[in-house]
Amino acid sequence: MARTQTRKPFRWAPVFDHTILILGALFMLVPVVLAFITSSHSAVQIAREGIMFTPGSHLGENYSKALFEKGGFTATIDGMVMLKNSLILGLGFAIGKIIISMMAAYALVYFRLRFATFAFWIIFTTLLLPLEVRILPSYEAIQRLDLANTYTGLIVPLIASATGTFFFRQFFRSVPEELAEAARIDGAGPVKFFIDILVPLSQTMIAAIFIIMFVFGWNQYLWPTLITTDEGLFTLVRGIKQIYQTMIDANSIPEYGQALALAIIAMLPPVLIVIFFQSWFVKGLTESDK
Amino acid sequence: MAQVKLDGVGKTYPNGFEAVKPCSFDIEDGEFVVLVGPSGCGKSTLLRMVAGLEDITAGSLSIGDRQVNDVDPADRDVAMVFQNYALYPHMTVRKNIGYGLKNRGTSAAEIDAKVQDAAKMLDLGALLDRKPSQLSGGQRQRVAMGRAVVRDPALFLFDEPLSNLDAKLRNQMRIEIKALQRRLGVTSIYVTHDQVEAMTMADRIIVLNGGEIEQIGTPAEIYHNPASKFVASFMGAPPMNLMDAQLENGEIKLNGSAALTAPAKQDYTGPVTMGIRPEDVVIDAAGPTPFTIEIVEELGAHRLLHGRLAGHPFTVHVGKDTTATTGEVKLQINPDAIRLFQPETGKAI
Ligand SMILES: Nc1ncnc2c1ncn2[C@@H]1O[C@H](COP(=O)(O)OP(=O)(O)O)[C@@H](O)[C@H]1O
Ligand SMILES: [Mg+2]
Repeated sequence: MARTQTRKPFRWAPVFDHTILILGALFMLVPVVLAFITSSHSAVQIAREGIMFTPGSHLGENYSKALFEKGGFTATIDGMVMLKNSLILGLGFAIGKIIISMMAAYALVYFRLRFATFAFWIIFTTLLLPLEVRILPSYEAIQRLDLANTYTGLIVPLIASATGTFFFRQFFRSVPEELAEAARIDGAGPVKFFIDILVPLSQTMIAAIFIIMFVFGWNQYLWPTLITTDEGLFTLVRGIKQIYQTMIDANSIPEYGQALALAIIAMLPPVLIVIFFQSWFVKGLTESDK
Repeated sequence: MAQVKLDGVGKTYPNGFEAVKPCSFDIEDGEFVVLVGPSGCGKSTLLRMVAGLEDITAGSLSIGDRQVNDVDPADRDVAMVFQNYALYPHMTVRKNIGYGLKNRGTSAAEIDAKVQDAAKMLDLGALLDRKPSQLSGGQRQRVAMGRAVVRDPALFLFDEPLSNLDAKLRNQMRIEIKALQRRLGVTSIYVTHDQVEAMTMADRIIVLNGGEIEQIGTPAEIYHNPASKFVASFMGAPPMNLMDAQLENGEIKLNGSAALTAPAKQDYTGPVTMGIRPEDVVIDAAGPTPFTIEIVEELGAHRLLHGRLAGHPFTVHVGKDTTATTGEVKLQINPDAIRLFQPETGKAI
C-alpha cells in the first residue's frame, strides 16, 4: 500500500467563524470585566484616573457598602432593599404576564367565541402601544386609584402582554384537539383541563417566556421612575443613578466604586435566571412529549 | 350497559353543510355495532354526537332511559377511544388511566385498585410508570383502551382506533378489542372505514354513505344481501362484480353471452345491474358464460382471476387447487347468488 499521506487542506472557515465569535464575546464582556475591576477601587482614585485595568483593594468595602449602607435623601434605602424591589418587580412582571396571557390565549383558542379572531387582532395591535406611548393616561389612572408608590401600581399596568398571548395562542393551537375532548369525556371541566393538562404541557413555553419577561421587567426604568417617589420602593436599576445623583447634589465626589458595584450586582440576577432556566428549557425541549 | 336509541338524529354544521341526514336506529344492550363508510361520510360526526362532543341539530338521542341531547359528555357515562389515542403526554400510564376516575372523586385507593385491574386485563402492568412517549403504537393503543375500560362506562365509543397501527398489529388488536368487549359486555359503537374490521368485529354493521344510512344488518346479511350497489361494492374485498344487464321474462341477458336464469322472485322487465360475488362463480368448461382472464393474482390460499366478462371488468375467486392462466375460459354462475339492482337508484330489487 502506498503510504502517501494525504494532508488535509487547512480549513479557514472555522478560524474565521471563531474569530467573529470571539470578537463578539469580547465586545460584550470587556466592559463588564472593566466595570468589575474598576469597582474594586476607591471613589477618589476612580475620579482621578478613570477606568482601571488592574484590581484594586476596595472590592469588599465597595460591595458591602453598595449592598448594606443606607443611602438616598432619607438614608433609608440600601442595596438589599433595592435588590428586593427589583426581584418583586421582575417576578411580578413575568408571572403576571404569563398568567394573563395564558388565560387570554386559552379563551381565544378553546372557547368558540364569536369574535375570537377579531379580539385577537385587537390584542395584537396593542403591540403598537407600548407603555411609553400610553404613559400619561397610565400614570393618571394609577394616581387616581391611589396606587402610586405601591407594588401593585408598579406592576399591574405592565402585565398585559400581546406577545405572550400570541405565543401561547400559537402553542395551544398546536395541541391536538382530541386532548381537550378526551379530557371532557374524562370529566375535566374547563378549569381542570387548563390546570391539569394545558399548563403542564406548556412548561417549556412558560420557561421561555419567563426568561424574556423577567429580564425585561428587571430592566424597567421609565415606569418605576415615574410611579415610585418613595425611596423605599426604588429598584436597583433606578438606584444606581440615585447614588450619583445624591452625591453630585451633595457636592462631594460621586461614589463611583459603589455605583459600579451596584451595577454588577444588578446584572447578576438576570444572568442567573437565564442560566438556570436555560438548562431547564433545553431539557424541556429535548424531552418534549407533546 | 345500556341501550342506545337514535330517533331522527342529524347534524348540520354551522356553515350549513348537512354532514349527517336524520337517521334512526336502536342499539341493543351489549351489542357491538360498527359504523362503516368511506372517508367523509359522516361516521365521526355521528359518533361524536353520541359522545356529546358535537351538538345534535336534529332528532333525539337516548342512552339507557335518558334522553341525552343536552347532557354534557362527562355525564353521559360513555368512554371514547380516539384514532390518535389522545393520551395526556405529561402523565404516566397510571395517571392517564386514572384521570377520569380522579375527576369523579374516586378515592385514591380505589383508583389504584381499578387501574391495576385494567392494567392486568390489558397487559400493561410493567408499563404503568412510563410516559406515553416511551410506548410503542400498540402499547399506546392499549393505554387508550385502559382509560376507557377503567371507568366501567355504559357505552364504548371507538373512532378508527386501529388506523395508526401496522397491518399485523391491527389484526391482533382487532381480536383483542372484540374479546374484551365480549368479556365486559359493554355496548359499543365502533367507527371504521375498513370493511374487514367491520365484517370481523361487528354484531351489526351500519353502512353510511354521504351522511345517509345505506343499510343496517349483520355482517352476513350485508355481505350476501347488500341493499344497494354502494354496499355491494364497498363491502367485501374484492368487491362484488357489477354489470349492466337486461332482465326479461325471468332471464338475465348480458350482451355477448348466453342468457342466465335469474333468481326466481322476479317479474320485473327492463335494464338492471347484476351483481355476483367473485366466489359464487366456478370455472366450468361446460358453463355458458365466456370469461377472458387478463391477470392472475396469486394470494397463497387462493387466487384472484381478473379479466372481462361481456365487456365488464370481472373478478373470479378460485381455490389454490384451481390453476389458471390468462386466456378465455367458461364460467358457471350460481343463480342463487345473483343480486339485482336498479341501475339509476342503485337500490336492490
Ligand atoms: N366543523 C365542521 N364544519 C363543517 N363541516 C364539517 C365539520 N367537520 C366535519 N365536516 C364535514 O362533515 C363531513 C363528515 O365528516 P366526518 O364525520 O369527520 O367524516 P368521517 O366519516 O370521515 O369520519 C365531511 O365532509 C367533513 O368535511
Ligand atoms: Mg372520521
